Amino acid sequence: MAVQPIHQSQEEPFVAHEEHHEGNFITKYIFSQDHKMIAKQYLVTGIMWAIAGGLLSLLFRLQLGFPNANMDWLKPLLGDWIQSGKIDPELYLALVTMHGTKMVFFVLTAGLSGTFSNFLIPLQIGARDMASGFMNMLSYWLFFTASVIMFYSMFIETGPAGGGWTVYPPLSVLPQAISGSGLGMTLWLISMSFFIASTLMGGINYITTVINLRTKGMSFWKLPLTIWALFFTAILGLLTFPVLFAAALLLIFDRSFGTSFYLSDIYIAGEVLPNVGGSPLLYQHLFWFLGHPEVYIAILPAFGIVSEVIATNARKPIFGYLAMIGSMFVITFLSVTVWAHHMFVSGMSPFLGSLFMLASFIIAVPSSVKVFNWLATLWRGDIHFTPAMLFAIGMVSFFIAGGVTGLFVANSAIDIQLHDTYFIVAHFHLVMGSAPFFGFLTGGYHWFPKMFGRMMHKGLGYLHFWLTFAGVYLVFFPMHYLGMAGFPRRYYSFTGFDAFSSFTDLNAFISIAAFVTFGAQLIFLFNFFYSMFRGRRAPQNPWRSNTLEWTAPINPGHGNWPGSLPVVYRWPYDYSKPGAQEDFIPQNVPFAQTPESNLPEEVKAISEGLPEVVGKDFQDKMEGDDISPENLAQ
Amino acid sequence: MEKILIAISFGLLLLIIYLIFRAVTLILSVNRRASDTDSGNRINAILMIIFLTGGMGLIFWYSNKASAHFLPESASVHGVWIDELFETTLLITGIVFVITQTLLFYFSYRYQHKPGRKALFYPHNNKLEITWTVVPAIVFIALFVAGLDAWSKITSKAPDDAVVIEIVGQQFSWIVRYPGEDGTLGAYDYRLTDGVNSFGMDFTDRASFDDFTPPQLHIPKGKPVLLKIRAKDVMHSVYLPHFRLKMDAVPGMPTMFHFVARFTTQEMRDKLGDQEFNFELACAELCGRAHFAMRLMVVVEEEEDFYAWYKAQKPWLSENPEYLSKVPGTLKEWAGIKTEHVNF
Repeated sequence: MAVQPIHQSQEEPFVAHEEHHEGNFITKYIFSQDHKMIAKQYLVTGIMWAIAGGLLSLLFRLQLGFPNANMDWLKPLLGDWIQSGKIDPELYLALVTMHGTKMVFFVLTAGLSGTFSNFLIPLQIGARDMASGFMNMLSYWLFFTASVIMFYSMFIETGPAGGGWTVYPPLSVLPQAISGSGLGMTLWLISMSFFIASTLMGGINYITTVINLRTKGMSFWKLPLTIWALFFTAILGLLTFPVLFAAALLLIFDRSFGTSFYLSDIYIAGEVLPNVGGSPLLYQHLFWFLGHPEVYIAILPAFGIVSEVIATNARKPIFGYLAMIGSMFVITFLSVTVWAHHMFVSGMSPFLGSLFMLASFIIAVPSSVKVFNWLATLWRGDIHFTPAMLFAIGMVSFFIAGGVTGLFVANSAIDIQLHDTYFIVAHFHLVMGSAPFFGFLTGGYHWFPKMFGRMMHKGLGYLHFWLTFAGVYLVFFPMHYLGMAGFPRRYYSFTGFDAFSSFTDLNAFISIAAFVTFGAQLIFLFNFFYSMFRGRRAPQNPWRSNTLEWTAPINPGHGNWPGSLPVVYRWPYDYSKPGAQEDFIPQNVPFAQTPESNLPEEVKAISEGLPEVVGKDFQDKMEGDDISPENLAQ
Repeated sequence: MEKILIAISFGLLLLIIYLIFRAVTLILSVNRRASDTDSGNRINAILMIIFLTGGMGLIFWYSNKASAHFLPESASVHGVWIDELFETTLLITGIVFVITQTLLFYFSYRYQHKPGRKALFYPHNNKLEITWTVVPAIVFIALFVAGLDAWSKITSKAPDDAVVIEIVGQQFSWIVRYPGEDGTLGAYDYRLTDGVNSFGMDFTDRASFDDFTPPQLHIPKGKPVLLKIRAKDVMHSVYLPHFRLKMDAVPGMPTMFHFVARFTTQEMRDKLGDQEFNFELACAELCGRAHFAMRLMVVVEEEEDFYAWYKAQKPWLSENPEYLSKVPGTLKEWAGIKTEHVNF
């Protein structure tokens, strides 16, 4: 009987399907335990954060692009942070910090993984819901709590945290050093603690669901690459976020309880502090043990989404399915061995630096394998440019552009010069900012019909893509040039140095490009919310895709599939199989039904009568199991 | 009132955009023909090629134009190695960038959907996959080996005859201390720091009597210089862009960096044709509100000029005689000699 609750959560929706699964407004839209609603909650919250993070970047781009302009017109918004027509330098730092924190954690981690893990895992593996619907709900509401606290911290008198998104101590510990290290930093730490708890609950759920709730026939080697990617992402998050929590906890102790984990030998504001023996480097090690895997936590889901969308819209099997899984595995594994390449000039032992340089070069190998495999997938395809496909191609382009510069900064010798310059800003905004952001949009456009039962407007999608694609390049590519001219990052103004006094026109250009690119996102917002209610009704399988979610009803109810769960016979990439009538064969079509397109080894398997290949007996057996939950419960 | 008007006009603007969108959608849906989807596909495919050629053109044109603003030739010996590595990497990655981006956009254009086209069922090819795993791996290992060689040389132990200079980061300036005649920096203790004694110099150590603290960083050309780096309050980072040098300044953990300058300030001025030019030292680690203004002037001189300047400097203690009281009795006489009578 111990297993009964699990089966209940699996089967109850199916039994109750015709009766009362809608629930009331609160259980349906707010405290929902349905994975699809939770995914939409993450999606909308993620979009809100992306807008907030983007707006902040526009504010500091104003300062960087037009340092001499009078900013008094911002007074209604920023109040006393504008003094004699200038943005306060500490506000500038707070804007940069909040932009980073929101984009990295709230958009590209919670928004991206939260949306697509929740939405796709049950639908693509053929499960009724997540392993624990309640924990899933809790995960979202912890994220929401974190969001509220972080948002609130922007409106306090001393300003939000201002020490950069990495919040290095001692700056983040000492309110004497920067006003953001007062209450703002406390709220940052509380918010991030909630955030980490949310991520862990989500991660545990994703991993459990992928391992335990795959439908009949859905072996690991038949999983779509999206699921593989989200699975690796969840594992990586589960391994590394607790370390960030440790770092944050020690920071809380140093800030509030007088310990000296990170503090030593400090004289500030005319006062000698008693702390000795601590090490700021300890924090950096702990932070980057999460911080570097974090960039892979952002990019891995994008890898999966883009692989899936490129294969579907090129009407071709993804090239090197096993190599794609293998490369993601290697990336996941190696990503926890490269963290100290952020610390080449931190004063860390140079010997350690050389080890981390080696690991950083090696992790570039699986990344390049992925790019070549995507190119090979496009080669001799039959490419349908849906908006999702355009964004997928854009993601690959950004990943290449930002990836090649990784080979400069992985090199500890070159990094001496490039560290903390705009070259780094260009590098990571392309490779782990824009590329996952485009992965996010790819997924948004591709699965919108499944989420809302309606289609987004295609023409607006095209317009959004081309403006954003060109805009992102125009914003971030020129930053390489600033980096090669030595410009340091996080500078409020460059006028103080002769060395950095050039390129004022380029900085203004970048700012204008950023405003236009942000403006282009309004097209997306309009398209998204308009189509949600007024879009064309979606057909069953709009992209003629193979994966299981398109076999569910257009508007799947609680439990996803009425009746029995679909059974899987084949991998998800049987596109344009020679001999087949259509250019796609969904995963739930048995080989016995497709004699015209079976490959020799599949014919052999049928002749041996393997039930998972033939289909007939297998399906009967499945349905027998499925239809009688009472039997299962016994 | 003004705000309300702005809000109303903003709302009207949104409404107009919405109406245009509705009108266009309706007109298009009336005129829709069967081939409309294909024309969208074609337009996107053509845009791919336009974007590729336009983008590449823009990159090459502007890279050329922007290079005028790049940092000039490295003024330090190790910086030349770094620049060489940078250029090698730029060449390799530049080729890879152009090839892969071209393939990406060209394939997108070339294999666009057309009626009757069927994609090739081509799920894998082990030879290809092994090739494009092994070849990048070899290239990356080669880059690693080259980088490791430079890194090991740069981070090796400083030569014994290096000129030792202490540089300390504080909110929001850099201060420097030279060891004086004895060539040894005096001991310090951060607890001794006060408004005047910024370095926390410990005057029970006789090596500190002749230490001097000029307002600019002077270094000799062609002689190894060892920077001993500290921070007083929060982290800073010593950044000498023209010397390709960067090292964090960490409270409680002294760091160091040694290098050899190749050009004097005057030689650099002549090279650049800019008599106003000065070497500068910046902060590269976020340290607070005036992080962007932590500038220190750097003067590179010929060795004999440097030593002439060095000898002309007055010890800190002679400039701040009130600190003589901190000197223990047995050393007072020595301190007196150092600070008042000896102008070496």
